[in-house]
Amino acid sequence: MRNLIRFINTYSFFFLFLFFEVIAFYLLLSNNHFQQAAFLNATNSVTAGLQEDYSSLTDYLNLKEVNQNLSRENSRLRSTLQNSFQKLYGPNYLINDTLYKRQYLYTEAKVINNSTNKQNNYLTLNVGSLNGIQKGMGVLAPNGIAGVVKQVSKHYAAVVSLLHSNAKVSVKLKNSSYFGSMQWDGKHYQEGLLKDIPNHVELQVGDTILTSGYSATFPADIAVATILSFEKIPGENFYEIKVKFLTDFKNLSFVHVVKNIRKTEQEELEDKAEEEHD
Amino acid sequence: MIRAYLTYPIQFIFLVVLQGVVLNNVQFSSYINPYLYILFILWLPVETPKWLLLLLAFTLGISVDVFSNTLGMHTSATLFLAFCRPFILQLFAPRDGYEPNQKPCIKDFSFAWFIAYASILTVLHHLFLFYLEVFRFSDFFSTFGRAISSSFFSLILIVISQLFFYNAEEKR
Repeated sequence: MRNLIRFINTYSFFFLFLFFEVIAFYLLLSNNHFQQAAFLNATNSVTAGLQEDYSSLTDYLNLKEVNQNLSRENSRLRSTLQNSFQKLYGPNYLINDTLYKRQYLYTEAKVINNSTNKQNNYLTLNVGSLNGIQKGMGVLAPNGIAGVVKQVSKHYAAVVSLLHSNAKVSVKLKNSSYFGSMQWDGKHYQEGLLKDIPNHVELQVGDTILTSGYSATFPADIAVATILSFEKIPGENFYEIKVKFLTDFKNLSFVHVVKNIRKTEQEELEDKAEEEHD
Repeated sequence: MIRAYLTYPIQFIFLVVLQGVVLNNVQFSSYINPYLYILFILWLPVETPKWLLLLLAFTLGISVDVFSNTLGMHTSATLFLAFCRPFILQLFAPRDGYEPNQKPCIKDFSFAWFIAYASILTVLHHLFLFYLEVFRFSDFFSTFGRAISSSFFSLILIVISQLFFYNAEEKR
């Protein structure tokens, strides 16, 4: 016993280090890899207040660009207004005298914290559950998409940026409607990879990539990226495609959070179909 | 002595806020990101008790983590830095040991001594941090390059701030 105490005493520095390191790793694993970021949420409201002040200061600096983006976005939205409505086909409209029914709702939000330099980047928005924001909603940038809401507190929302190692977006090619998934390559903040496009499809550098609308998070047909370069890999069935994001994550200040009113309906139906198949 | 009790908390808050609000948004060529906050640990007096060193590292790391939404990452890297510090200090000890009240800075030692001391610890901290962030070894060399180039920039900032404070104390 005395030997044990002496042993612990001589290496007390190492054991103390180990003790703290275990706490740190516990925090790391329970907050960054699993979804229950409870602690992150609580501390967010402390630091987010400060970051909000700071961002209101820096807002003036890129006001001109923001205005340009907003007016461009307004004109685009005005021209595609019908996109946010879903057409009800067939005899439905006899009972329901409206031809279109609203499917997407948009909430405007300000980005109060943002990063592009890590492997897993997050945004913080100044809207929260009081504004009707929920987990899993999509976030649209003035041009392109920004991410998906991960955590919501009363006044703030934490968003998994597209620049996150686990973020994947279902997309399709504008010309041929072949769909694939797009993700960040973890290197440059404007470049990503497009996967699962079969190599018999004809591609061209500069082709536009749109959201597919399959995931029920984002509306369909939003331009998100253009093709930078592509390569046929011998022995593989799919292209290796590099894309350039249309969203400039470096000067993101105003975004829209998308609510899909029929998301639960769609997902429940899909789950049911899968269950029955098993 | 009383001045030291005041200086360290102010330094702590200043470095955390500087890191959280300014430096986290600074980026050179999209890969490189300086982490100046470790200066706090580098600067503690040589005779700081080891347990206090770890406790301060833990507090510093968690404060920076809260600002950058990466709970645990900077904490563990800073703890690693604090753990390595006594060994590096021992490695670079003068022939007749350290004198009481010495601080590891350019004023108390030579420029070359400080560069060697700071660069080894900065590189260790950055390597630990960057590999923890990626959490896999598949992009080994790209991560290694990012860590080394970021340490280079952090080191430049550390030396600059060191010279800044050095001159301020000289004039007093």
